[in-house]
Amino acid sequence: MSAFNSDSDWAPNALKVLIAGGFGVGKTTFITATSEIPPLRTEELLTTASVGTDDLAGIAAKTTTTVALDFGRITIDRDSVLYLFGAPGQDRFWFLWDELSHGALGAVVLVDTRRLPDCFAAVDFFESRGMRFLVAVNEFDGAYRHNPEEVREALGLLPAVPIVMCDARDRRSATTVLVTLVRHLLAAPSPAHASSAPTEVGDRA
Amino acid sequence: MTSHSMHRETWLDEAAGRLVRPYTVSAGRTRPTTAMELLSWVVATGVRPRGRLEPDHDVALGLCGAATTVAEVAARMRLPAAVTKVVLSDLVAVGAVLTRPPSPAADPTDRSILERLLVGLQQRL
Ligand SMILES: Nc1nc2c(ncn2[C@@H]2O[C@H](COP(=O)(O)OP(=O)(O)OP(=O)(O)O)[C@@H](O)[C@H]2O)c(=O)[nH]1
Ligand SMILES: [Mg+2]
Repeated sequence: MSAFNSDSDWAPNALKVLIAGGFGVGKTTFITATSEIPPLRTEELLTTASVGTDDLAGIAAKTTTTVALDFGRITIDRDSVLYLFGAPGQDRFWFLWDELSHGALGAVVLVDTRRLPDCFAAVDFFESRGMRFLVAVNEFDGAYRHNPEEVREALGLLPAVPIVMCDARDRRSATTVLVTLVRHLLAAPSPAHASSAPTEVGDRA
Repeated sequence: MTSHSMHRETWLDEAAGRLVRPYTVSAGRTRPTTAMELLSWVVATGVRPRGRLEPDHDVALGLCGAATTVAEVAARMRLPAAVTKVVLSDLVAVGAVLTRPPSPAADPTDRSILERLLVGLQQRL
């Protein structure tokens, strides 16, 4: 341990990719499969002013709960580390997605074809933020195998958005999803910068 | 940087009831004095603050021996990120910890970053 006088030479770049999708779609499984550390879990505090208490001017009752988010780490090289963040995709967590998407390179939207609508909120969010993403269909056993174009149509995705099949439990398969995402980021013309000009999306309670 | 056994214990169980301790740690504060993000880097400067540190500050400082992120410190301390930021910013204020934003070139369209990322990921296949 030594004293540092420069503010930039002691830490690598922290790159960030988001893993989104509906409840139970395999976000934690995906992060576990790809991360070099067992996925860690942290919590964000969620403070919600109770409805209809505005007039109590500051003494409004507040409900505080925590929301868990998983993250994993992949060391890329000496200069950069990739962090994967998985967070719940329900509407009431948009405030969290706002912070998470700041500075993120892109996102993976995991989809279970048995419950396609569960990913609508995540797709809408990333589209409206100009955050580039791909859709990864997590092929659960026994799930009907849709082909990618059926999924594209069902989700109303632009042709440019890649759709890949994966097994979130498998390191190679899940890592391939990340490779495909980065290729997409390199290929796709950059939309409006994702971390600027946040758009109101959904109900952020 | 790789250890699959070291941090098992940092898993949180799903049980609720975690709301009391975080607030005592940060004395109810959820607003850090230094702006930090989940992926802001932190590292101990080697400067030992005078006087006795609160236990949680002591633990946090110990976790910053090598450069790490706010998110990792939070996970290892099992504290909400917002509370961890308060603790870490206290340490920054006394000169014990240095912090740096996630990436000086956090531009999602930076090709050289993306190309390095691609190579790094492909090596893991
Ligand atoms: N058969 C099969 N099961 C899977 C696959 N991916 C995940 N699972 C299982 O599906 C369940 C849910 O996976 P999780 O990774 O916990 O899903 P999640 O998105 O993190 O869930 P929440 O955090 O609760 O929203 C677990 O029991 C996994 O073992 C897969 O590709 N195939
Ligand atoms: Mg999960």
